[in-house]
Amino acid sequence: MTIAIILIVVLSTIIAGGFGLRIARTTSDFLVASRSIRPAWNASAISGEYLSAASFLGVAGLIMAYGFDMLWYPVGYTAGYLMLLLLVAAPLRRCGAYTIPDFAEGRLDSAAIRRIATAFVVLIGLFYLLPQLKGAGITLQAAFGTPYWVGVVAVGAMLTANIALGGMKSVTLAQAFLYWVKLTAIAVPAIFLVLHLRAGDLHRLDTKGRPEFERTTVVTFPQSTSFTVDRPTPVKIHGTLNNRDLNGTMTLERGQYRAGGGLQLTFTKGELVPIATGTATSSTLAWNSPLSSAGEGRGHPLFFIYSLMLATFLGTMGLPHILVRFYTNPNGRDARRTTLVVLALIGIFYLFPSIIGALGRLWVPQLYLTGQTDAVVLDLPGAVFHGLLGQAATALVAGGAFAAFMSTSSGLLVSISGALSHDLLRRTVVDFRKAAVLAGIVAILLALRVYAFDINVLVGWAFAIAASSFCPLLVLGIWWRGLTPHGAIAGLIVGGGLSSAAIAVTMTGALHGGWPAALLAQPAAWSVPISFVTMIGVSLATASKVPANVSLKMLTMHAPETLGLPIAP
Amino acid sequence: MAILGIGMGLMVLGPTVAIGSLVRNRRTLGTPAQRATLAVLEAANELAPPFRSGLAAGATSGAPYHLKQLLDVESIALTSDKEILSSTENLGAHEGELIPLIEPVLSSGRSRIATLVTCGNPNCFLSVAIIVPVIKGAKAVGTLVILTTSATTGLIRTAEAVARWIATQLELAELDESRARLAEAELRLLRAQISPHFVYNSLTAIASYVRSDPQRARDLLLGFAEFTRYALAEKGHFATLAEELRIVDHYLELERARFGDRLAVTFRVAPEVLGLALPAFVIQPLVENAVRHGLSEGKGVVSIVAINEGNECLIYVEDNGKGMDPAKAIDQLHSTHGIGLTNVDERLRQSFGDDYGLTVETNKGAGFRVSLRVPKWAPRVRAS
Repeated sequence: MTIAIILIVVLSTIIAGGFGLRIARTTSDFLVASRSIRPAWNASAISGEYLSAASFLGVAGLIMAYGFDMLWYPVGYTAGYLMLLLLVAAPLRRCGAYTIPDFAEGRLDSAAIRRIATAFVVLIGLFYLLPQLKGAGITLQAAFGTPYWVGVVAVGAMLTANIALGGMKSVTLAQAFLYWVKLTAIAVPAIFLVLHLRAGDLHRLDTKGRPEFERTTVVTFPQSTSFTVDRPTPVKIHGTLNNRDLNGTMTLERGQYRAGGGLQLTFTKGELVPIATGTATSSTLAWNSPLSSAGEGRGHPLFFIYSLMLATFLGTMGLPHILVRFYTNPNGRDARRTTLVVLALIGIFYLFPSIIGALGRLWVPQLYLTGQTDAVVLDLPGAVFHGLLGQAATALVAGGAFAAFMSTSSGLLVSISGALSHDLLRRTVVDFRKAAVLAGIVAILLALRVYAFDINVLVGWAFAIAASSFCPLLVLGIWWRGLTPHGAIAGLIVGGGLSSAAIAVTMTGALHGGWPAALLAQPAAWSVPISFVTMIGVSLATASKVPANVSLKMLTMHAPETLGLPIAP
Repeated sequence: MAILGIGMGLMVLGPTVAIGSLVRNRRTLGTPAQRATLAVLEAANELAPPFRSGLAAGATSGAPYHLKQLLDVESIALTSDKEILSSTENLGAHEGELIPLIEPVLSSGRSRIATLVTCGNPNCFLSVAIIVPVIKGAKAVGTLVILTTSATTGLIRTAEAVARWIATQLELAELDESRARLAEAELRLLRAQISPHFVYNSLTAIASYVRSDPQRARDLLLGFAEFTRYALAEKGHFATLAEELRIVDHYLELERARFGDRLAVTFRVAPEVLGLALPAFVIQPLVENAVRHGLSEGKGVVSIVAINEGNECLIYVEDNGKGMDPAKAIDQLHSTHGIGLTNVDERLRQSFGDDYGLTVETNKGAGFRVSLRVPKWAPRVRAS
């Protein structure tokens, strides 16, 4: 059943993207042919492309693992559109640019900045693509028990082939359809789960301390994992533990253990759930109290949250696959309306992963032990409901997860390949197809290495780089006439470079704890201001290089269309 | 983890290297004489751009200060034919003294050396003014004034050379301007060549409806008015694809009035690209071409297709006519018959560069298809 649903999602996506809507739009009626896409539809498409594996799987996983602080992720992902609405949407549409490099070149009359902006499009796109592929890996792992790499390679190859062969040219209506698929796939199981709640269940979320098994539970480790036991726990065991093959009943004493792949442990009701190493949980504070642990920022939760807010609030406008969708709007007014609807659609969606994350703590605490809290959306319905209902719900969420990473990865891969073939490699013979294959292969190879990172942490980094590079470029480019090409280039390189370097250092795992690790793990709080300051400072120092017709450009971007100003290009 | 680190490292390194290559390589320079020449030429190149926007823009830029250092004199001023535009120092009392001195230089077009009256300022040692006219064409448009302590022959000749250099820049500016005007005129000429036959045929077709179906005649006439307004419009060289299609629809309505059921048209337009900016009046000539070819074989079927392809849009117009021998098609396109298509091709290349021309696909019995690719964004292209 799960396979069937996934196949239906995949095939309908490919077919809808490639052929289906082409037939629907063939008409001899001019009025039908020239009907532009309404803001509500375009907003659905933007939401469909935006709600990625990070949103569908990752948000629930983070909330389950680290508590209510992680609600800042969905809040930030949504609030990014508020910034987009207030500062960017309408002026950017009016200036006619399709991509951010287009905007940079048009606003600053500089080909050099176009190349640099394109390099960042590729970098941010790749960073965002990795967690999508990770989502594919763990979805297949949860649904069929295949090793992680199988999902990454299979889905990555399928996506790349689809785009290289010309399918999925980001058709608006196909993406809009996928939003509703995702919303249904997560809302229906979530509503059933809420109906399943008994009095007293919610009370258990309030208690301090660690989650317990609420019934006798068999835990299977999909791959080797380290975990910590805090008090002597009797278990039935079958498989490899600490490199020894064991079978039978034993008591796990306090200490560190290493489970081999395939190990099965059976816990009795009421036992404390051991925790996988590396997944921090709120052991000292109640799970639902603020600033309890805050995930990656462990030691410095407050800094982490502010930095995350800055990254997500300001990063959305710099995501390469989102801005291109605004080109579909006929004018600035519609661009603004579209953004408003996106805010509503995304806001509604995030209600459900948050609910599932919280309920996961109640009903599938074994995920703390296997360290696979990212899979809570996939595992929870099957664990709570049995029989046909359970199967149907599992199939539904698996289909939704597939829709999530299919749509986002397609949009990203199209953007990256477009940037590579249209700009960076133009002088050579690399065309769109080869660029797509190249980008796909690089993404797959990198994705195989990111298993240890939470999906949302990876996505958060993509946002941090976007916020430190493109946000200042867009905001200053639109609102400050003093911006010069030199200032913009300096800001992009300093802000984007520093944030990327910080993340690269964090990924190598060289730093443990303390302020340096916290500052590098979530760099937006310092890299965004540095980028703004650099852009403004260098622009002021090179004030003579302000593009000659900057006033006209400003007028073009800010004058409402209804004024009907005869603005020459 | 190591591979990941290297991967991330490369992702960061990429942009950095790109920037590095932009920074000019400074090599060791040659002999002192070569170096001096280079310094002068570099300064001249750097000072040139402001003067390309006119004498006043050049005078208010940093140019006079550079000139002062280059000539090694106390002070430099630039004047128009009426007033002093800028000076490197506050001239104080000398300012009023200069105005009457400039007049004769402007009218005679010859340099003049004047002794200055000592001003009250004890720190002012300026005693001589060298006034050189800046002659553009045959007319002196301003002067270069050098204020110094002594006028040597060498200094006077250098000043004259500088004035000539400024004049050259101003003349180049004029050239730029006339070149831009020429391009504008060319574009205007290329735009809108409504075929006279079409005007005649449309009006007769409309006339035939005036009694039998006055409402339709009225609609057709309004459509015709709209069509001509668009074709003859003065403002804006670019339009959106949606506007282009609307004009095509008006055009087709008029053709249908003549040919009725013999003409069938299908649209297949990706709604994502309706906002695309392209030179105005590019699609209609292609459709007119297709209608003409398609109708040559009884019932004509014309398809107008716009496909969304990432950073570009692919547009093609095809018909089901009898097609054409490719060799003959090439001949026709280069003769006066193909003026409509050649014109469109030229305007596309002018707007988007030589990568974006028209492509014609045809063969005997295979119909005729004209396709074009349009980038979703190009510098200086915006629908107005």
